[in-house]
Amino acid sequence: MSDPAEKKTPLYQEHVRLKARMVPFSGWLMPVQYTSIVDEHQTVREAVGMFDISHMGQFIVSGKGARDWLNTVLTNNVAKLDIGHGQYTFLLNCNGGVIDDLIVYRIKEAEFLLVVNAAKIDEDFAWLKKDLEHGRSSDQPGGLENAASCSLHNRSANFGGVAIQGPRTVDLFRALLGPDVELPQRNHIRDFTIAAMPLSIARTGYTGEDGVEVFFRAPDAAKLWNLVLERGAKLGLKPCGLGARDTLRLEMCYPLNGSDLSAERNPIEAGLGLFVDLQKPDFIGREKLLETRTEGPRERLIAFKMNGKGPPPRPHYSLFNGENRVGEISSGTLSPSLNIGIGMGYVSATSAKFGTPLEVEIRGQKFPATIEKKPFYKKQS
Amino acid sequence: MNVPDDLLYTQSHEWIRREGGNIRVGITDHAQAELTDVVFVEVPKVGTSVDAKAPVAVVESVKAASDIYAPVKGTVVEANAALSNNPALINTDPFGEGWIFALKMDNSDDLKNLQSAAAYKEQIG
Repeated sequence: MSDPAEKKTPLYQEHVRLKARMVPFSGWLMPVQYTSIVDEHQTVREAVGMFDISHMGQFIVSGKGARDWLNTVLTNNVAKLDIGHGQYTFLLNCNGGVIDDLIVYRIKEAEFLLVVNAAKIDEDFAWLKKDLEHGRSSDQPGGLENAASCSLHNRSANFGGVAIQGPRTVDLFRALLGPDVELPQRNHIRDFTIAAMPLSIARTGYTGEDGVEVFFRAPDAAKLWNLVLERGAKLGLKPCGLGARDTLRLEMCYPLNGSDLSAERNPIEAGLGLFVDLQKPDFIGREKLLETRTEGPRERLIAFKMNGKGPPPRPHYSLFNGENRVGEISSGTLSPSLNIGIGMGYVSATSAKFGTPLEVEIRGQKFPATIEKKPFYKKQS
Repeated sequence: MNVPDDLLYTQSHEWIRREGGNIRVGITDHAQAELTDVVFVEVPKVGTSVDAKAPVAVVESVKAASDIYAPVKGTVVEANAALSNNPALINTDPFGEGWIFALKMDNSDDLKNLQSAAAYKEQIG
């Protein structure tokens, strides 16, 4: 069934060997599940799971102009990053719409790693390259001035990545690197060597649990994957697919680009203004975001929970407030942790307050739901 | 995969057990394994008239909603109420407790349009 046009990660053979169900995702053939989405979800909530994220893009931006240039193309403030520190940020178009959401790490004094969404690798790279080489318009500085002091490199094809997520993450790395191992702090990244394989470990994730994302050279992928499976077995580690990745992130209300974010939506509408520094004098999309902030967004991305049992809410179902259709679902699922339908969607700002009753239209029938605070899932401590 | 010999099958992965002039319908072991983690089942109302191959029920997994089709023309005479509290019965006992609905057939000759266990085995490889 596989389409030859679909790309395979360096872990493809491992997924096949583990009998994963492979599905097309953003041009890649990826494992959606190995055993069951619910089981893999609980594995991450209760023990530790490993996801192939090799399809994600990795760009290196380096040179003495790197920081200042990145600060004009990303929304968050790159100048706040010390070496080894990363931040969640956005790449916007000129209308403030989201091209991509990503994490930028400062890995050296004048070198940055950008980890971007698989579906957006080509678009992001073309956008960045154009800006770096040509600037934005005749009255914008940049262009050749930036290009001279800064270089942009797409290393995606030569590197892989795995996300290791769950409360037993630290125990796993003790098993891999010895009892005294110190993982980087939250949002930090550091280089390690495991079994002679050089890798970067970042304390980040997309699940709401403690965890890391590990980046390594593509030829090391299978060796690392199998070593983690072997060492993690005693801790209950299992390989996990995109299905569980989606339910886990949705319980945390982390947005998925292409569903909750798009070129037509800006970060203020999405409730992610925290990752936009409007104090910066210049970045692409800033004017539009200032306008949205001043006028208030017309629609907001809200999180809702179904009031009772019923069919799971899914993308594109209509949301009603009384008789009025106020928006539609961007992401929805049955939450394995809460055992109830949850979702996010854009609704008119007047209907976006916490506690607002909504109805979800599913196959012609309406089911009651309520707007809730994000996130749905809170870790037991 | 379990494919009981005494049942009939559709191309769309429903199984059919004949009970006199009625049939009982569910989804096959193969289908439940493909769906995994059934989290919601919408069963038809008793008394509904349905055409062959018309969607009559919906089985939802975490990932997707799938229509379940009437194998032949008839009238719904039973729907499995146990599935509303325990949709996972479709995963754990697809040919037994996980049945979805029963139909009174308009014409039992219509059953000849369905396939045997051997043919279904061939279909799913």
